[in-house]
Amino acid sequence: MSSVAAAPAAPAAVHPARRPSTFTVYRWELRKLVSQKRTYLGFGLAVILPLIFVIVELVRNQPAHGDTIFAQEILQSGLATPVLMLTFLVGFFLPLIASLVAGDIVANEDSNGTLKTILTRSVDRGQVFAAKTAAAFTYAVVATYLAGAVGTIGGVAAWGFHGLRTLSDTYVSAPKALLLVFAAHTFFLIPLIAVASIGVLLSTVTRNSAAAIVGTIGVTIVLAIISAIPGLEGLHPYLLTQQYFAWQGLLRTPTDWAPITHSAWVCALYAVPALIAAYLVFLRRDVAGG
Amino acid sequence: MADGGPDGSPPVRARGLVKRYKEVLAVDHVDLNVESGDVYGFLGPNGAGKTTTLRMALGLIVPTEGKVELFGRDPMREGARALEGVAGFVEAPRFYSYLPARKNLELLAALDGDGASSRIDEVLEIVELTPRAKHKVGGFSHGMRQRLGIAAALLRRPRLLILDEPATGLDPAGMRDMRTLIRQLADDGITVLLSSHQLPEVQELCDRVAIVDSGRVVYEGALSELRRQGGAGYRMRTTEDERALPIVRAQAGVDGVASGEHGIGFEADEASVGELTVALGRAGIGVLSLTPELATLEDLFFRLTDDKGVSPETEPPPRELVEAS
Repeated sequence: MSSVAAAPAAPAAVHPARRPSTFTVYRWELRKLVSQKRTYLGFGLAVILPLIFVIVELVRNQPAHGDTIFAQEILQSGLATPVLMLTFLVGFFLPLIASLVAGDIVANEDSNGTLKTILTRSVDRGQVFAAKTAAAFTYAVVATYLAGAVGTIGGVAAWGFHGLRTLSDTYVSAPKALLLVFAAHTFFLIPLIAVASIGVLLSTVTRNSAAAIVGTIGVTIVLAIISAIPGLEGLHPYLLTQQYFAWQGLLRTPTDWAPITHSAWVCALYAVPALIAAYLVFLRRDVAGG
Repeated sequence: MADGGPDGSPPVRARGLVKRYKEVLAVDHVDLNVESGDVYGFLGPNGAGKTTTLRMALGLIVPTEGKVELFGRDPMREGARALEGVAGFVEAPRFYSYLPARKNLELLAALDGDGASSRIDEVLEIVELTPRAKHKVGGFSHGMRQRLGIAAALLRRPRLLILDEPATGLDPAGMRDMRTLIRQLADDGITVLLSSHQLPEVQELCDRVAIVDSGRVVYEGALSELRRQGGAGYRMRTTEDERALPIVRAQAGVDGVASGEHGIGFEADEASVGELTVALGRAGIGVLSLTPELATLEDLFFRLTDDKGVSPETEPPPRELVEAS
């Protein structure tokens, strides 16, 4: 180093430094996500699955199998495709995509040692936790809308921009159907955020990305198994996996808000304690990894 | 000279610092006093608890007991506010391998605020990484990462620089450059707390030291005082060593007399040495050379850490302590 010749930065004067905002930390969390190849694995799934569906149905040129009204509508309106795809994706793929980043977001930095790098700067642990959690949620949101957008564009390109029959067997115009498609994806985000919250908790506690991702999916699988066990029907309204389909209340006429409001508070029962626990662990944990 | 805290608090003050990992006591009631302007060596063998202590100082791990303050602020209570004016790294500096060096610094500067991003070019120049600024850190050598670690620390315009084994793993030229840089930073008024198990590094750079062994501080104070406590030794060659030896042994104030092929070694204060030379002259014995020999840091280190008969640079640390620290 020819540092001998160079003048190092002079020590700062004693004055309160202007500290960065949590939004700045969040912005950099997103930039880190964008810079990592594995980020695109989940996005790839969100794009490819609807595309495969559209291509297969185009080739088959018959109404899709299934007992939902949207399966029967597939050839009548391109807007049936994103709704049908949402039905397929909510059970496994979208929770998987959400957990890919949520389970990784703290544990990866802990094991690589970069967590200690950022925790010795001018940001508090609470800011870092909030930014990481928000970034994990953002990823889940983007993946969900991406799947919806690809399904919508693919469906409309293949079968046209037409009105849609609802679950109540009423007909809505194409623009309203498009709005409902968007709303359906939006309300599915409620349970998905709860899944991501569990992912953030496991990521914080386990310090191991693989364990956190598998653990998050494991939790949803266990809940799904519980919902299939006879005799436990009383638990169904409180299982997270049962909230995955609450958005279907939007596709009734008139709109059935009951499952949506129920889903909101049940999901909060999963998300809020998970986030509080993760926050408390993150605040007091020893950071010695890497 | 570096500033103290707003109320004149020292850069680092640790009191009764303890860190226990189940059965392992990694840090055992450590007290540290780093004053403004110090280049303070935190010296000890691998696994002695140096890194664990520095982690507690930076608020990365929670002390089991005791507390540490940086410029009068406790990182455990005040979080990032306690790190104002403080920078450094523990163990090897870590970066995002998928980002270029400059992007890493941009990220860290964003997390520093206070105009740190405007200093990126300057600090890259200081550590001579400007030509590699656009290269991903994943392809950097250990030495380049160490230099990037220093650059990242300088972004904060620190008044206190905490460096954990900064020269470890560097080649001889890299070690020399790292020491030169640290010396220059200290000359520019930055207080440096430097952990090391490399005795020449500490001897060359530091004016005050704490020697830690098995989690406990066995000495803290000025390096010169430590060496003085080690005893003032002399080596003397005369025209007739055999005849001189009984005269040396008989001289008041002279101890530890030993004879060998390089002459007669002994410990004495200056007045006794003067009287000895007069006595030898009266006996018709000429003094060919009289050389003062201060105890080396290595000698003192082994004395203080119960000489285990191995070099502190090569001793394999106990596994549990390595994991713990």
